[in-house]
Amino acid sequence: MKDAFGTPQSLLVLGGTSQIALATARRLIARRTRTVWLAGRPTLALETAASELRALGADVHTVAFDALDPDSHETALGKVFSEGDVDMVLLAFGILGDQAHDEREPASAVRVAQTNYTGAVSAGLVAARALQTQGHGSLVVLSSVAGERARRSNFIYGSSKAGLDAFAQGLGDALHGTGVHVMVVRPGFVRSKMTAGLEETPLATTPEAVATAIELGLRRRSQTVWVPGALRVVMSALRHVPRGVFRRLPV
Amino acid sequence: MPADTASVTGWGRTAPTTARLIRPRTYEEAAAAVRDCGARGGIPRGLGRAYGDAAQNAGGSVLDMTGLDRIHAIDADEGIVLCDAGISLHRLTEVLLPLGWFVPVTPGTRHVTVGGAIGADIHGKNHHVSGSFSRHVLSLELLTADGGVRAVGPGTPLFDATAGGMGLTGVILTATVRLQPVETSLMSVDTERARDLDDLMARLTATDHRYRYSVAWIDLLARGAATGRAMLTRGDHAPLDALPERTRARRDPLAFRTSRLPAAPAFLPEGLLSRTTVGLFNELWYRKAPRARTGELQRLSTFFHPLDGVPHWNRVYGRGGFVQYQFVVGHGQEDAVRRIVRRISQRRCPSFLAVLKRFGDADPGWLSFPVPGWTLALDIPARLPGLGAFLDELDEEVAAAGGRVYLAKDSRLRPELLTAMYPRLADFRALRAELDPRGVFVSDLARRLGL
Repeated sequence: MKDAFGTPQSLLVLGGTSQIALATARRLIARRTRTVWLAGRPTLALETAASELRALGADVHTVAFDALDPDSHETALGKVFSEGDVDMVLLAFGILGDQAHDEREPASAVRVAQTNYTGAVSAGLVAARALQTQGHGSLVVLSSVAGERARRSNFIYGSSKAGLDAFAQGLGDALHGTGVHVMVVRPGFVRSKMTAGLEETPLATTPEAVATAIELGLRRRSQTVWVPGALRVVMSALRHVPRGVFRRLPV
Repeated sequence: MPADTASVTGWGRTAPTTARLIRPRTYEEAAAAVRDCGARGGIPRGLGRAYGDAAQNAGGSVLDMTGLDRIHAIDADEGIVLCDAGISLHRLTEVLLPLGWFVPVTPGTRHVTVGGAIGADIHGKNHHVSGSFSRHVLSLELLTADGGVRAVGPGTPLFDATAGGMGLTGVILTATVRLQPVETSLMSVDTERARDLDDLMARLTATDHRYRYSVAWIDLLARGAATGRAMLTRGDHAPLDALPERTRARRDPLAFRTSRLPAAPAFLPEGLLSRTTVGLFNELWYRKAPRARTGELQRLSTFFHPLDGVPHWNRVYGRGGFVQYQFVVGHGQEDAVRRIVRRISQRRCPSFLAVLKRFGDADPGWLSFPVPGWTLALDIPARLPGLGAFLDELDEEVAAAGGRVYLAKDSRLRPELLTAMYPRLADFRALRAELDPRGVFVSDLARRLGL
């Protein structure tokens, strides 16, 4: 159960090698979290992440999960929920793709869309139903400012996050009153291995800062979290910039 | 029977969860509700005054017992009442006071049920004289997980597990309670100021035994030499001859009178209670208290339940809600109290409802809170940054001093500390495992702490 400050005792991470997710898990383990499930493709990286969290004193399990195989989601997540209540599900998987390459290779662009959007739709719905049955819990969805308005430089990734973001908002409304809290997290540019080698945009942030914002959002039972918070103002301004001007902006 | 899905919180309005809220109107309906609890079980709920998640059950059933609120028999000579557990202490007072009887123990609100009073084994300002509520319970009827009803008397393991058992042994249907005789509905109250914490503890230690009721409001925002300055209010039921002749009070000495202000509005901004506003309030409250005044006549409601005058006062903390922290440490651990008070005051927690009291003998309930010593209760807005970690540090201090925190108020304790704080927890768990093997009775509190 979550305590008065929204801190979960058990955490399920979908996309168990995500740096933001692991930073969040470390932060929550320092508070109340004792059970962690890391769901992801069964790789060495996943096991390494698990043993790192174990060293912090948590009871960590890994479970095989592939965003691109929606048919398996019911089974994979069902196994986790059958072991006991999950106070928080962190939907953290996603790939950035390579915009220039993906524009030439539609198949790999589709892979980005399938991972970030359809995979999340499937996993999100499965998790939401399980949370609804237990009558409590938070579903935290890692969206992105890239989904707020598509940019020339990464609209394939951006469009997938736009779909995810809209889905998560709607899901939050659908679950209102069921005891399940859905929180959409929209970070800006996060310095991590996913963005290694890319040019930073203004207001860049870190996985740790996102983790801090998530913990605060849980306490406040927020529905939307921007990281850093200033992005909320920046993006609501950028949304209203005319297309012709926006196209030329160096963002 | 009426049932709907509802979001449920405790009085502190934190950590809402959703449950099927069932309102039984008969004992049979209550038994049926218990038998029909699904995989996620059920928990009885009274008037929802527990601050945390004690009367919540995410995804399961919550049995609102306030529909079962009849008084079955009153022995006006001996002062004994047999009533349903869903009746409130407010209603009992309304009925019993004109007959010259008062509830044996009352907390800071009349709006708790008898069932809740037993389940949390509540204490009042008279704990040093009278002990907790369940000490005055002569017998009770308990609806257990199998759907059967058992008569339970004091001195049995089931009674001691149920008193303070947070509703986890079953649903209390009725209780027989011994009452306190009174001549009037007024209180004779002595008020005095204490300039700091040491002065306060010295006064309580020296003269508490002279009063049936005793409590001290403490200013936790005062710093430096004034740390722990306080106002003591102590008294007893006023005898008839203390009432002035030819007054309304004298003509009708047992009339139950309350005053009521408008309810707090549903939506108040966060941050209404800040260090500045609470500091100002505390300063005024302390200054307005007389240095020493004796024999002031006060209404029962003014003395015991000042906050009941403002319905929904918990809303003043805004949407984020608040956390109530209450701990007790034994006699001889005065240094721990000093350290904790100093830490709270240094941290500038905006707390305006802090009280310090000396407890009397421990009560027999296995999970009953009181032990002889010092108890401090305070409430703090939940949105205060870093509050979780700060209260964890206080827990460590309390546990190291052999003390405990109060489950009826808890919404955030670290489960690992529970066995140290409640040594009879193993007995409680064993009894539950035998009485309720399928785990029908479960609450969010029980899940969070592994009760």
